[in-house]
Amino acid sequence: MGRLRAIIVKEMWALLRDPRSRLILVVPPLMQLFVFGFATTLEVKNFDVGVYDRDGGHWSQEFIQRLGGSPNVHRIVTLGSPAAVRAAINERTVLAVVMFDQRFSADVSTGRAAVIQAVLDGRRSNAAQIVAGYLTEIAAGMGAQVRPNAGAPGAQAIVSHWFNPNLDYLWFAMPALIVVLGMVSGLAMTAQSVARERELGTFDQLMVSPLRVHEILIGKMVPPLLIGLANAALYVILIPNVFRVPLTGSVPLLFLALTCYLLALVGVGMLVSAVAQTQQQAFLGAFLVTVPSILLSGYASPIENMPGWLQVVAQADPAKHFLIVSEGVFLKAMPPPEILANTWPLALIALLTLSAASWLFRARME
Amino acid sequence: MKATPRLRRFVAMLHKESLQIVRDPSTFLIAFVLPLIMLFFFGYAISLDPKRTRIGLALQDSGSPAQGLAQAFENSEWFAVHGRHDVASLTQELSAGRIRGFVVIPQDFSRRLQRPGADAQIQVVTDGSQPNAAGFVASYAQGVQASWAAERSGGAPAGRIELVPRYWFNPGLTSHYFLIPGSIVIVMTMIGTLLTALVVAREWERGTMEALLATPLSMGEFLATKVIPYFLLGLGSMMLCTLLAILLFGLPFRGSVLALLAISSAFLVPALGQGLLISAATKNQFVASQVALLSAFLPALMLSGFLFEISSMPLPIRLLTYLVPARYLIPSLQSVFLVGDLWGLFARDMAMMLTFGALFFLLALRATHRRVA
Repeated sequence: MGRLRAIIVKEMWALLRDPRSRLILVVPPLMQLFVFGFATTLEVKNFDVGVYDRDGGHWSQEFIQRLGGSPNVHRIVTLGSPAAVRAAINERTVLAVVMFDQRFSADVSTGRAAVIQAVLDGRRSNAAQIVAGYLTEIAAGMGAQVRPNAGAPGAQAIVSHWFNPNLDYLWFAMPALIVVLGMVSGLAMTAQSVARERELGTFDQLMVSPLRVHEILIGKMVPPLLIGLANAALYVILIPNVFRVPLTGSVPLLFLALTCYLLALVGVGMLVSAVAQTQQQAFLGAFLVTVPSILLSGYASPIENMPGWLQVVAQADPAKHFLIVSEGVFLKAMPPPEILANTWPLALIALLTLSAASWLFRARME
Repeated sequence: MKATPRLRRFVAMLHKESLQIVRDPSTFLIAFVLPLIMLFFFGYAISLDPKRTRIGLALQDSGSPAQGLAQAFENSEWFAVHGRHDVASLTQELSAGRIRGFVVIPQDFSRRLQRPGADAQIQVVTDGSQPNAAGFVASYAQGVQASWAAERSGGAPAGRIELVPRYWFNPGLTSHYFLIPGSIVIVMTMIGTLLTALVVAREWERGTMEALLATPLSMGEFLATKVIPYFLLGLGSMMLCTLLAILLFGLPFRGSVLALLAISSAFLVPALGQGLLISAATKNQFVASQVALLSAFLPALMLSGFLFEISSMPLPIRLLTYLVPARYLIPSLQSVFLVGDLWGLFARDMAMMLTFGALFFLLALRATHRRVA
């Protein structure tokens, strides 16, 4: 027990002694929270739209007025020719151009079906689709005003969004950042601390010390785990209080799942460092695991959009399970049985990776 | 023609640095295996083209219009309807994340539909914890309902103003078309900044940097011998990525190879400069790797306009994006693939990248000087 405490103290010192390393452990998580929390928005706001109006009548002007009144539009650029339309889209001056032909106002006034052409920049097809949605809404709104009783609706669909009534993307991004942060501290930190000792030759010194293999491994595991937990605790305090994202579920169960998640990642980090010879290789290895794990977690895009075999692979991704818990505890007041249902896979992954890592270390030592 | 001693020294040093890179197995890993893996995951794991989304349906009315509407949801190509359950069990499914939303057709639906006011309502509930999917479920559920209603009343109502969108360069709205050029930018950032930062920091850590600086090479020449091999490695990997994008993911390539080379070369200047600067300023591999991740990789992913529209971000963050070199590569690279040679756009982006490149190199030069002093 004394030996174990000694090695843990030594490992904590190794990590915290250098003032720059200390800074690296605290500043990036906070920067991530503030910069990336606000940057990750899937809304499209503040964009420029071109208008090519060959009609010049009352109704095209009405549309342009409504467009200018939209809170999402930053600026309206008047374009005079098809060549100008092409140039404005190509040069990315505007994201979309709305075009009215000569008959537009006449069509609207006489009640014929009127058509507005819109050209959108397909290079940014996701944003373009969202903008097309806004434009369609404006057109429909104008149509409803022109002919209030045209086509009574068969029924009305009343939409309500649970857990996040205004579909605020920040509410989704913040709990997800805890998942990403765990990756960085749990995985990268572990992988590099072992590789650094290898590279400097001090790992061999540890080996010839009276410490047993499992004691060395536990010594290496504890600091990333503690730092990961401390950073996450900071997030759990800041996210509801500074960013006003609701925290509705059980915090102790969140930390239980987080501990399993971090242990699973520490295990993966250990595996990487058992294979890597140098810090550079360890860094690359950690990176090569981190990026796919985040992409498969459901953070970047829903898992059900992936091909079936990749959805199976995603089951082995600790980030996938913990993302469900994190979103669930923050937003959905997730019931404890559901949290536990997503925690045991994490515990299983942790068990597998940690035992594989210790087996690899033992094998390498003999 | 006889080479001057100065040139000979430079070439010899360049040769030494190149050999060192070629012999390191991790170089191969980074330049060729990493792009493969990254493109593979970005290509297959991220898809913003939704397939059938799982929703629930609570049909509380047995009238024939209600049955018809339920049928419309089940036949929709957008949804996989998950049984017909009561609201309580659907609520549970929703909070567990097994369905993304559910539709309730209330018991008075058919009756209210026959009434003169036709004020029948259906309820659409979504899982807002995934805002993107929630918006999708809401708008497509409304779409299913509206087209069902239009079919019942026989054709579209008169007097409608219709907006017909056309998406240039990507009429099929394939998300690969913008995700793949974006992930190439990430790979280039990795090779340019992260790899350089790490490798040069290792030399500082081991003290071999000081030994090299004692050679008669000038500081500028010295830094050039460090970056030129990585520059070539970056271009090679760009070519590999481009081939993969075209052959594996079926992207069009409407620009010229010359333009591709020009914009990737211009991007590598700030990328490599940033790597050198980080290594000279930190001199420690662990710190260098973390700084590079935070100042190069994450911004390239999140602040470059690759996944998130820059114009939607708050002003301070929008200003910050101007400092991210990847921000200038993304539009040009997307255009080379999807549009063609737009030299006006390229020239503007390249000028910005080269300006940042010059700045980073100057700072790196200063940091190296100070270190030695």
